[in-house]
Amino acid sequence: MSEELNKELYRTESRWQEGEYTVTRTSVWTAPGCHNGCGVLLYSKNGKLEKIEGDPNAPFNRGRLCLRCINMIEQVYSSERLKWPLKRVGEKGENKWQRITWDEAYDIIENKYNEIKDNHGVESIVSLVGTGRNSMWQPAVITRAIFGSPNLSFGFLSGDSCYQPRMTANLIKLGDCVISDCSQAHPLREKNPEWEKPEVIVVWGNNPLVSNGDGFIGHWLVDMMRLGTKLIVIDPALTWLAAKADIWLRVRPGSDAALAMAFLNVIINEDLYDHDFVETWTYGFDDLVERVQEYSPEKVADITWIPKEQIIEAARMYAKAKPAAIQWGLAVDMQMAAMEASSAITDLMAMTGNIDVPGGNIIQRYAYNRSKKYGSAIEYISEEMLLKRIGTYESPIHESGYTPFIPPDKLLECLETGRPYPVQMLWLQGTNPIANMAGEAPRVYAAMKKVPFCVAVDLFMTPSAVAFADVILPAAMSVERDSFRAWWTPLRSITKGAELYEQCKSDEEIVLDLGKRIRPDRFSQYNNIKEYLDQLLQEDGGVDYDFDTLVEKVNDFWDWDYTYKKYEKGMLRKDEQPGFVTPTGLYEFTSPLFDVWGFDMLPKHIEPVEGPYTTPELMREYPFVLTTGNRLWGCFHSEHRQMPTMREVHPDPMMDINPKAADKLGINEGDWVWLENRRGRCKQKARFNVGLDPRVVRGEHGWWFPEKEGAEPTLFGVFDSNINNLTTMGVHGPTHYGAPYKSTICKVYKVTEENDRVSPTEIVTRRGGFSYAKK
Amino acid sequence: MQKNDDAVRYGLLIDYEFCTNCHTCEVACKKELGLKSGEYGIKVLEDGPRQNGDGKWEWSYLPVPTSLCDLCEKRVAEGRKPTCVHHCQSGIMYYGPVEELVKKMADKPKMVLYSK
Ligand code: SF4
Ligand code: SF4
Ligand code: SF4
Repeated sequence: MSEELNKELYRTESRWQEGEYTVTRTSVWTAPGCHNGCGVLLYSKNGKLEKIEGDPNAPFNRGRLCLRCINMIEQVYSSERLKWPLKRVGEKGENKWQRITWDEAYDIIENKYNEIKDNHGVESIVSLVGTGRNSMWQPAVITRAIFGSPNLSFGFLSGDSCYQPRMTANLIKLGDCVISDCSQAHPLREKNPEWEKPEVIVVWGNNPLVSNGDGFIGHWLVDMMRLGTKLIVIDPALTWLAAKADIWLRVRPGSDAALAMAFLNVIINEDLYDHDFVETWTYGFDDLVERVQEYSPEKVADITWIPKEQIIEAARMYAKAKPAAIQWGLAVDMQMAAMEASSAITDLMAMTGNIDVPGGNIIQRYAYNRSKKYGSAIEYISEEMLLKRIGTYESPIHESGYTPFIPPDKLLECLETGRPYPVQMLWLQGTNPIANMAGEAPRVYAAMKKVPFCVAVDLFMTPSAVAFADVILPAAMSVERDSFRAWWTPLRSITKGAELYEQCKSDEEIVLDLGKRIRPDRFSQYNNIKEYLDQLLQEDGGVDYDFDTLVEKVNDFWDWDYTYKKYEKGMLRKDEQPGFVTPTGLYEFTSPLFDVWGFDMLPKHIEPVEGPYTTPELMREYPFVLTTGNRLWGCFHSEHRQMPTMREVHPDPMMDINPKAADKLGINEGDWVWLENRRGRCKQKARFNVGLDPRVVRGEHGWWFPEKEGAEPTLFGVFDSNINNLTTMGVHGPTHYGAPYKSTICKVYKVTEENDRVSPTEIVTRRGGFSYAKK
Repeated sequence: MQKNDDAVRYGLLIDYEFCTNCHTCEVACKKELGLKSGEYGIKVLEDGPRQNGDGKWEWSYLPVPTSLCDLCEKRVAEGRKPTCVHHCQSGIMYYGPVEELVKKMADKPKMVLYSK
């Protein structure tokens, strides 16, 4: 971060010439990437990107960048990039391809679409998407507006367990999403006169410095710490933030709901809650008061493995701080009790009067309501077609349309059984399921193999593309795209700063090309991407300017997002009355909607299906609680593995173990070890973490090895170190939300020559999978 | 901005209390200097994690400029900050004449000054 700026070099226009460079001032948001959209300056010469810098005039990141965007040139001009559309010529898995033109690729897709439409129905086309990057609305539009299918799903993310539970809890209880307020909603940032510094921030179930999840830059926490904010960190592992926190609660993985209930218990019973807010703005408080009595700190200490005194001290510290924010993350979603934990944590924010106050948890909508994300184009799906969604009838949240997805666990069953109908085509855009999202990855591999036709849109050849795809479309990277970002605020331009690499196309262009071919009635009016983007920016009461104007603005902060206490001002509800967007108009501690769906109206603890208290006999064989998916600085999920500079930072997959536990097993730091349970095993390198409970180990996700052979049986080594050989599908909480990715069990032992003769990938691709999976 | 000459010595001041080991400075520097794999102009070292007698955790990172660091001579000549200073995710790196940095160092504990 610069102190004083050289204004000649760091200008506020959107494009200028600096010597031989054309400088484009914009933001980047995948591909490749993360959940954020940092402001950048792109320096290009003759259409080629030569340099990149963080834009010091972007209030979002103020000039800073993480290592991945700093490494942009290596990414964009990597010789590994897909260069043109490819058609499979060998068998699936042989990694044999033929270069084809875009027209040929579209012909194949269109013919297949017509054949499926005539013979099977368009609902048998299913699209899979990845996490929150700039390929959310595009596959949604392709699926619904172009193919006409109602079936869009996460790439086998069991229990939709990424932000869906947290968002849903927010939406049910208060009708909007809440985000911790580090001043990011206002262009003046900390200088906004209305803003206040959070006295305490509770970092719950994430390590934001590394993960930067959900549009929140983790290092904003460091900014707050430097201003004097105190931290409470809830994490099974010692992180740098945990080491700096006033209180670190070393929670047993999968017991966050119980912990939140104990916090509520202390805050209610010690009368530390905000009476004004509770009395004026909430519904169902008395029921919650009764429920939390079941969760005394003593009892919860046993459930969570956190000393009672620490629970009480943390609850008091959070409740007494004014204002205080809770910065929550993915671990809350990745457990059986995801909805329950999300609900209880949301209740904490409400009960302490921290909702939509400066320095608390502020209500945010996508800037100018310009983003429908995965829900895009749902209006094109008829009632009749909605009834054909796969698996939703078993899950009220899905059936009611509260989420735009079909449940991934049910989709897996559908692929395996052919019921309610066989899936004829998979469309993969920005997802590499078997390397990353899919729980029980070997099982998902076998199921996906059954689908006759598959298209993958991606940047690089991936294990999923090799294993399943018939056609591969090469996608443009962020710096080659014209697009925009409206995830929270500000509304940001994404402007092309470099010519397209080889024959790549942006996700937006693919939407338009396919749209014009298959549904000209819906897409022929757009002559180019800009006209389409104009429409997206302006429709349904959006902004009153066009894409070119946004390009000039670069950032546009929406005053709605930085107005505090919107519920008092009648800014939330359509009827413009004060209150929240809920059936009662109030914040709902007990939600009638839960009752309608047949769920418990109040939060509660649910034990992980495997663990010391549910399966004590299994613990004799698999003595460790396994938590997975801690983030890497240089690699976002399964991305970036082919970047030499990022691999220098992360050469190998690492598992964390307490040195005392390792010692008992004869494991030295740096040894390759097997992590194994009933579903399978994978190997990672041991790293000591002195803060980790000796009963808990942690494994990384997203590992595959682009440097290895792509053809099966090697398949880029995708199952060799795949922690999802050990996770589950079809195991989730009562709401169908939340899966125990971060709370299963395993044993750990050294890799030896004898026990490493056949690689896990060969077992999965050639020998029908691990024995458990075969049963 | 200027660089070292006979009269003034320049350096980097780092508030290592808030260094998170985010690797931004390392990678930014590699890209600026065009360094090969295994070469660094600045390298982040680690102390800890280790628990003190009072139960508090000790865990610090310390970025160390190497002999390859040229204080971003080229960027500075163009009027820019060194790329590590510009991009540091915690905003804890400062570039300037050592004498001025010493004054800044008086502001708070846990800072370290590197002269070049
Ligand atoms: S990869 Fe890093 S620098 Fe780039 S947008 Fe994400 S957080 Fe920002
Ligand atoms: S000043 Fe420049 S050369 Fe020196 S460590 Fe920082 S980035 Fe590297
Ligand atoms: S960029 Fe800053 S915070 Fe990150 S490792 Fe370097 S000095 Fe530390």
